[in-house]
Amino acid sequence: MYSQKKLIVSHAPFIHEGSRVPNRNYHIILAALPAVLMGFYHFGLPAVGVVALSVSSAMLWELLANVLRKKEKHTIGDGNAAIIGLLFAMLLPATIPWWFIIVGTFFAVMVGQQAFGGIGHNPFNPVVFAALVLFVSYRNYFDFNVALVNYDFEFAAIYPLTALKTYGVSGVEGFSTMDLLMGNQTGGIGATFGLGIILGGIYLIIRGFIRWEISLSFLAGIFITAAIFNFANPDQYAGPMFHLVTGYTLLGAFFLATEDSSSPVNFNSMLIYGAVGGFMTILIRNIGAYADGVLFAIVLINLLAPIFEKIRPKALGKVD
Amino acid sequence: MIKKSFIGLVKPRIDYTILTDPDPALIDIPQPGRVTLLLEGNGNGELKKGDLLKTGQLISTAKDIFAISPVTGTVENISGWAGDFGQGYTAVSIDVAKDEEFDEQFSEVVKNISLENAVKYFSNLPGKPSFKKFKDPELDIHTIVVNGMDEDIWMTANQYVVQSRVKAIKSGMEALSKITGVNSIVLVVPESQAAAAAAAGVDVKVVSSQYPSAQPKMILKDLFGKVVPAGRNPENIGYCFMSAEAVASISDAVSTGKAPTKKVLTLINKDGGMIIVTAKIGTPVSDVFKACDINVEEKDRVVYGGPFTGSAIYSMEHPILPDTNALLVQDRENIPLVSDYPCVNCGECVRICPAIIQVHSLARLLEAGQYEEAADNYDLNSCIECGLCSFVCVSKIPIFQYIRLAKYELDRIRLAEAEYV
Ligand code: SF4
Ligand code: SF4
Repeated sequence: MYSQKKLIVSHAPFIHEGSRVPNRNYHIILAALPAVLMGFYHFGLPAVGVVALSVSSAMLWELLANVLRKKEKHTIGDGNAAIIGLLFAMLLPATIPWWFIIVGTFFAVMVGQQAFGGIGHNPFNPVVFAALVLFVSYRNYFDFNVALVNYDFEFAAIYPLTALKTYGVSGVEGFSTMDLLMGNQTGGIGATFGLGIILGGIYLIIRGFIRWEISLSFLAGIFITAAIFNFANPDQYAGPMFHLVTGYTLLGAFFLATEDSSSPVNFNSMLIYGAVGGFMTILIRNIGAYADGVLFAIVLINLLAPIFEKIRPKALGKVD
Repeated sequence: MIKKSFIGLVKPRIDYTILTDPDPALIDIPQPGRVTLLLEGNGNGELKKGDLLKTGQLISTAKDIFAISPVTGTVENISGWAGDFGQGYTAVSIDVAKDEEFDEQFSEVVKNISLENAVKYFSNLPGKPSFKKFKDPELDIHTIVVNGMDEDIWMTANQYVVQSRVKAIKSGMEALSKITGVNSIVLVVPESQAAAAAAAGVDVKVVSSQYPSAQPKMILKDLFGKVVPAGRNPENIGYCFMSAEAVASISDAVSTGKAPTKKVLTLINKDGGMIIVTAKIGTPVSDVFKACDINVEEKDRVVYGGPFTGSAIYSMEHPILPDTNALLVQDRENIPLVSDYPCVNCGECVRICPAIIQVHSLARLLEAGQYEEAADNYDLNSCIECGLCSFVCVSKIPIFQYIRLAKYELDRIRLAEAEYV
């Protein structure tokens, strides 16, 4: 027998379409940039500082987790921790203290994701989880009216959802949907520029990096529920358009509820997941104690996701 | 190589390669010095080293295991051979003599061949026509589906046979009907061949060119409106599949009295170029590559079959088998590497699975070795083994490998249990 060449032996299939986890993550970061840049424009250098610290601390926490779990290949370059840091910063007011960010990214990366086993294993969106923990513990820091009091904006410097909660519909009559959409409102660093978030979201949907079913059903849930409330009592409850472009609605629909690990993948399950999220958001905003309900609603649907996922289509040839 | 399109919203559509060239280039591999036959199971039966064999002579290495010699020559060696998951095979190597002599018994038997003899004499003809299913008293085969499509993308061997030998297929279908007593025989072809096939006077159904439509269970579902229950095979609902090449081989054997011994296959080169090749069954792949001027280097990959469902071989001595429809050579530079990400729950696999399986859940169970649970509650048995899930998985989890391994293990457990009782 002549000299044996060693061939690579592996299992079918022998081709791959080429998409990878880091690739998806970088596109999500890219899609978030328009909203973040608008945040920099409105809130200035402090916003840049918050984003930088948040992204870097999230990545360092992930590095620490890699070291603690003795991973051979470190994952801080894959964009996963960077997304967590970026999205977390987008929820915050630009004046948030530095320690708050570090604690927040700790909760997001170490508790929200690594404690459950790392990427792919987190039952909750780690960003939402961390933001909610801190929101419940330090609510005052999320009070955008207090946090942003020293800014001199060209627009009404009152957080629209607080205005609504405090004064009812008459308190928000001054806001035009167009203004709100263009980012002329106070709020989280990356949460105010609705148009930018929508464009980013559409990009992700077209590229197939997020699931449109979730985004659209979430928005539909908000729209329909808000419309019903508004119809029942237009003086007390704001219209659906207002709810769509304020608070964390758009960020939730395109960047938070769509997180892979904590959301379902079946068509019907996704629709229910999103719709319940939208419905709960409005319920909390309109009759709950909090100004915004997006974070609570998303944690709730994350929790319910495994149950929604039980509604699954019948497999080929399945005999029951 | 196929890459994800920019627009990822719609799920990727993968198409079979459709033969369009009416007269494609064909390379005929010269007669090799030695051929090797792989027979199932271990043992050598009556066969001994040094036995003289004529072309078409029947050999048997174990009970119910038959093959005919594709060449005239001397048995040079009989040894064990391990399959993909460690199944046992017996490799019979035959040194090819200069002058070919055809076995008279073969010509005698095929004149008016019985089902009994078809099982034995036809089992390793090109295309591998298997008649065992027709003898099984538990099966009631009422329709034979002759598949004129190839089982994977990038290969056109069966399409080529349909295109170039539709008359042989027609007479093969008639012979088939006579041997088996089955009257309903349908030829499945891609759109491009439909008119010619229909003109030849056979029953034709047209299959879509989207992968994996030409897979037997998909053909039954799409073209016959029949769904094979999970875990069962087409035979269990009365349909038997045979490749177009197998049917042409039957026709050749019956009409000439000589055993056809040349396999048609597609050779897919490192650059993706495809050529149609004919080679004696049993030819070592190294001979095929030599004749086609293809250099296989250390750490390249050679695959029997297509990119989705084939299996990689470890030795250049591996012989061409009666059902080797393609050989795929991949340059070591182009072999996709594995990644060590866990499932990120992106759902790509679920969306692309033609069998509507919750592949992400299934993969997690299989990874943990929970085969029974996977079969009972996560539709392992509905899988039609197309390989698309692994193809799209962003974490590059070898889902398809898990699936095949799990099915193999479960089969083994079942067999062991059956024997024990
Ligand atoms: S191989 Fe994968 S995609 Fe194909 S049927 Fe099986 S589970 Fe579904
Ligand atoms: S494609 Fe891979 S990573 Fe995505 S859900 Fe399926 S198994 Fe998980």
